[in-house]
Amino acid sequence: MSKLHVSTIINGEPTEFLCDGRQTVLDVLREQLSLTGSKEGCGSGDCGACSILVDGRLVCSCLMLGAEAEGKSIETIEGMASGEELHPLQKKFVEMAALQCGICTPGVLVASKALLDRNPDPTETEVRYWLAGNLCRCTGYDKIVRAVMDVAAEMRETAR
Amino acid sequence: MSARPYKWIGTRPNRPDGADKVTGRARFGADFALPGQLHGKVLRSPHAHAIIKSIDVSAAAALPGVKAVVTSKDFPEQPNLTVPAGEMQVNLRDVTRNVMAREKVLYDGHAVAAVAATTEAIANEALALIKVEYEVLPHVIDVEAAMAPDAPILNDQLRTEGIDPRPENPTNIAKRLDFAKGDAAAGFAQAEIVVQHRYTTQPVHQGYIEPHAALASASADGQVQVWSTTQGHFQVRGFCSRLLNIETSQIRVTPTEIGGGFGGKTVVYLEPVAIRLSQKSGKPVKMVMSREEVFRASGPTSGGIVEVKIGAMKDGTIVAAECMVALQAGAFPGSPVGPACMCSFACYDIANIKVVGFDVVSNRPKVAAYRAPGAPISCWGVESTMDMLAQELGMDPIELRLKNAAKEGTKTHYGPTFNRIGLVETLEAAKASPHYQSPVKRGFARGVAAGFWFNVGADSSAAVHVGEDGTVTVISGNPDIGGSRASLALMAAEELGIDYNKVRPIIADTASIGFNFVTGGSRVTFATGLAVVNATKDAVRDLKIRAAKIWEVEPEAVIWEDGMAKPASSNVGEFEPLSLAQLAAMAGKTGGPINGHAQLNAQGAGPGFGVHIVDLAVDPETGIVTIDRYTAVQDVGTAIHPSYVEGQLQGGAVQGIGWALNEEYIYNARGRLDNAGFLDYRIPVASDLPMIETVLVEVPNPAHPYGVRGVGEVPIVPPMAAIGNAIARATGVRFGDLPMSPPRVSAALDAVRPAMAAE
Repeated sequence: MSKLHVSTIINGEPTEFLCDGRQTVLDVLREQLSLTGSKEGCGSGDCGACSILVDGRLVCSCLMLGAEAEGKSIETIEGMASGEELHPLQKKFVEMAALQCGICTPGVLVASKALLDRNPDPTETEVRYWLAGNLCRCTGYDKIVRAVMDVAAEMRETAR
Repeated sequence: MSARPYKWIGTRPNRPDGADKVTGRARFGADFALPGQLHGKVLRSPHAHAIIKSIDVSAAAALPGVKAVVTSKDFPEQPNLTVPAGEMQVNLRDVTRNVMAREKVLYDGHAVAAVAATTEAIANEALALIKVEYEVLPHVIDVEAAMAPDAPILNDQLRTEGIDPRPENPTNIAKRLDFAKGDAAAGFAQAEIVVQHRYTTQPVHQGYIEPHAALASASADGQVQVWSTTQGHFQVRGFCSRLLNIETSQIRVTPTEIGGGFGGKTVVYLEPVAIRLSQKSGKPVKMVMSREEVFRASGPTSGGIVEVKIGAMKDGTIVAAECMVALQAGAFPGSPVGPACMCSFACYDIANIKVVGFDVVSNRPKVAAYRAPGAPISCWGVESTMDMLAQELGMDPIELRLKNAAKEGTKTHYGPTFNRIGLVETLEAAKASPHYQSPVKRGFARGVAAGFWFNVGADSSAAVHVGEDGTVTVISGNPDIGGSRASLALMAAEELGIDYNKVRPIIADTASIGFNFVTGGSRVTFATGLAVVNATKDAVRDLKIRAAKIWEVEPEAVIWEDGMAKPASSNVGEFEPLSLAQLAAMAGKTGGPINGHAQLNAQGAGPGFGVHIVDLAVDPETGIVTIDRYTAVQDVGTAIHPSYVEGQLQGGAVQGIGWALNEEYIYNARGRLDNAGFLDYRIPVASDLPMIETVLVEVPNPAHPYGVRGVGEVPIVPPMAAIGNAIARATGVRFGDLPMSPPRVSAALDAVRPAMAAE
C-alpha cells in the first residue's frame, strides 16, 4: 500500500510525515516522529493517556487517523513547556504530588490545559467532569483535581 | 505533638523524576526501541478450555516480513517447583504453560503461539495464518461450580493438598488451608449473640493504565538484554533464566519507568517470548500488549466466596469467629487464599478462631497479586459481619472495633504475636476525625470498616556513591511506582545531613546493583529504605576514617553531624569540621573513592492497619451509589514523604471504591470475556468521586531506624465493607455480593420494596 503524505504543524513546528492509511495520529507521533510522551493505554478512546490538542480541541490521538492531521495544528505534551520553563500545570503537578506512576500524566496535563484555556475559573465539579475521560489508577484523582484548581486560581491572580 | 527530630524526613520536596514525568520525557515500557527491531505479537486462544490437537505455523512463517514463530515447543519443560513471585507463589511447570499453552488452552486469551515480523501489521497478518486445531472441552468459570464434584477438570494430575490423607481423585481444589486458635465451637457455645452471612466477590483487574511491554535483544554469543515494564526486574531475570535455561549473568534486565502495577507486574508474560523470538530471528524484538490482551491474559485478582460467623457477648466482646474463604486461582493453582485467611480476623483479639481456605482453579486467566492480595476479599466478609454485629448490639461501629482491637502482644490466629502496632490509635483517630465528628447529612448514610496488611521485608541491595564534589548518588534496584525515589533520597539526605537536592537516586539494572526483590508487599520504603540507610552509614563510616586520617587521630574520635566530620570532643584536638564536599575533594589522597554498600534481608516489617469512613446516598430508582465524603485513616509508621503516603491512601481507597461499586469480569456462556476494555470494565473516573481525606497516624515501626511501615496495600482492604455497611444503613439491605453496581442495587431494592409497601 502506498503511503500518504501529510503536512501538519506539531508544537508550532511545520512537520511532514508519511503514513499508512490505517495508522492513527498516536502511531505517527510515537513511531514516526519519536514523540513518545503521548501514551497508549487502551487504543479505544477510553483512557485519555494519548490526549492531544488539534486546532485547540481536545482529542484522543488513538481515535484520529494520521491522514486526518493534514493542515491541522497539533499540540502534544512535548510542546507544553516553553524552553526550560515548565507550564504552571506541570510545575504544580510535581509540587503537589499529583502523579504517582506518571503514565496518565501527559494526557491529564494536556486535558487540564485545554480546560483552563477555555474556563479559567472551573468549579471542582467542572474539573472532575472535564477530566472524566482521563483515567488514573494511582492517585484517586484527589491531588490532580486540587492541582488543577490551584493553578487556575494562580493564573487568575496573575492575569489580574 | 512534639517537634520532629528530623530535618528532611516528613518534608514534601519535589520528586527527582518529576520534571521528566510531566514533560513526556520519562520512558515507559512501550517507549523503548532498538535499531532493526521486530514487532512481536501473540496468538491467543478463543476457547475457555480445549485440547491443542495441532498447530501449523508454516503459512505464517512463509509470509514475507515474518522472521520468527514460536510455540510451546520452543520453551523447555519445567520442573514441578514452587518459587516466589511477588507476594504470591508460582509453580514453574505452570508458569511456562501460562507463558505459552502446551497440552491445553485453559482460558480465553491463553497464549498459543507468537510471531516476530518487520511491522506490526505483518505480525498481525501472520497470526491469522497460524492454524490451530482445538478439541473444545466443557469449561468452568465460577468458583463454586469449579468445586462441584462433577465439574470439568482443568488438570487431571491435580489432587487437593492440605487434606490428610491426600484425596485420590482429580479435582479443581488445589489446596485446603486451616488456621485455628482456641476452640471456636466452645466459643460459639458461650456467645450471647451470633451473626453470620455469606459473601461473594468478582475477579477485578489491577487496571494499570500502561499495558505490559517488553523489548528483548539476544546476541549470537548468548547474552540477552531486556527492557521491561515490571515491578521486579530481578524477577524478570530469574524467570527468564529458569524458563529458557539461560544463566542469570547472561541476562541483563533494565526496568523502564512503570505505568502502574499494583502487583500485576510481578510475573512474566511477554519477556520470555520476546527473548525466544529474538534468539530465533537474530534481531531485537519488541512486544506490547493491547488493552484487550491485558484484560484477557494478565492476572486479575481472585473472585471468591466468603462465609463469616461471629459470636459475641452482649457487651460487645467477641468470643468466637469463623471464616471460610474459597478463591479462584485462575487456570493454575496459586490464589492469594493464604493471606486472605490470615488477614481475615487479624484486626481483632479473639480467643477462639477457625479459618478454612480453598484454592480453586477454573477457566480464567491465572491470578496475579493485586494490592494486599486476598485481604480485601476476606475483609469484605469479616468487616460487613462486624457491622451486622454492631447493628444487633446497637453499638457504635468504631467502639465495637476498639473493644476488640488487636494490640501489642495479641497472638494472631495464624501464628505470630503482634509487636508494636497502631490499630487502637488508628481507630481513635478515626473517631476523632472531622468526618466522623460531623453529623450525617439527611438522605445519606455512614459506613465504617477496618483493614490489615502484614507488609513485607525481604531482599534488598543499595549503594551510595559520593561524587568528587560531595554530591551523592543513591543506587537501588526497585522500580519507582509511586514516589519511592523521593523517599529513598530523603532517608539518605537525613542520614548524611546534606540537602535533599544533593542526593540523586537512580534505579539500576540487574547488572549494576545486587539483587532486589520486587517492588511490592509495601516493602520498598521499608526494606530498600533500610538498605539505603545502611549503605549511607557505610559511606559515613568511611568518611569518618578519611577525616581521622587527615587529622591523624583514631576513627572513633570522629563523629558525623550536619553533613560534616567533627572531633568527638575537645580532647581529640582543635580541628575545623570537614564537610562532605571537602572530604570528597581529598578522597584521592585519603584512600580513593568513597562509596557505601549494603545488602540485607529485612526483618520486622511493621503491620499496617487502616480505618475508612464513607458517607453515601443510594438512588432507589437507578441503584446508583453516590459517594459524598470519604476518609482514610491509617497507621503509616513514619511518613517519609507525606504527600506520597497520602497518595497511597487515596489511590488504594479509590481502587476499593471501584471494586465495591463497578468492577467485575463478565464471562459469556462460552467462557469468553465480554468486557475486555475500559469502556465496559469501568474503573472509577474523576467525576465519580469526592476528595479523599486522609489522616496519617504515626506509630513508628521499631524495626526501622526511621520507623517506616509499608503503607501502599492496607488502603484497598477496608473500602468494600465500608461502602457495603453504609449502603446497609441507607437501605436496610445487607449486600453479600460485589460489585454493588446499579443493576444489582436496584434489583435488591426492588425485591424488598413490595414488603415495604405492604407494611
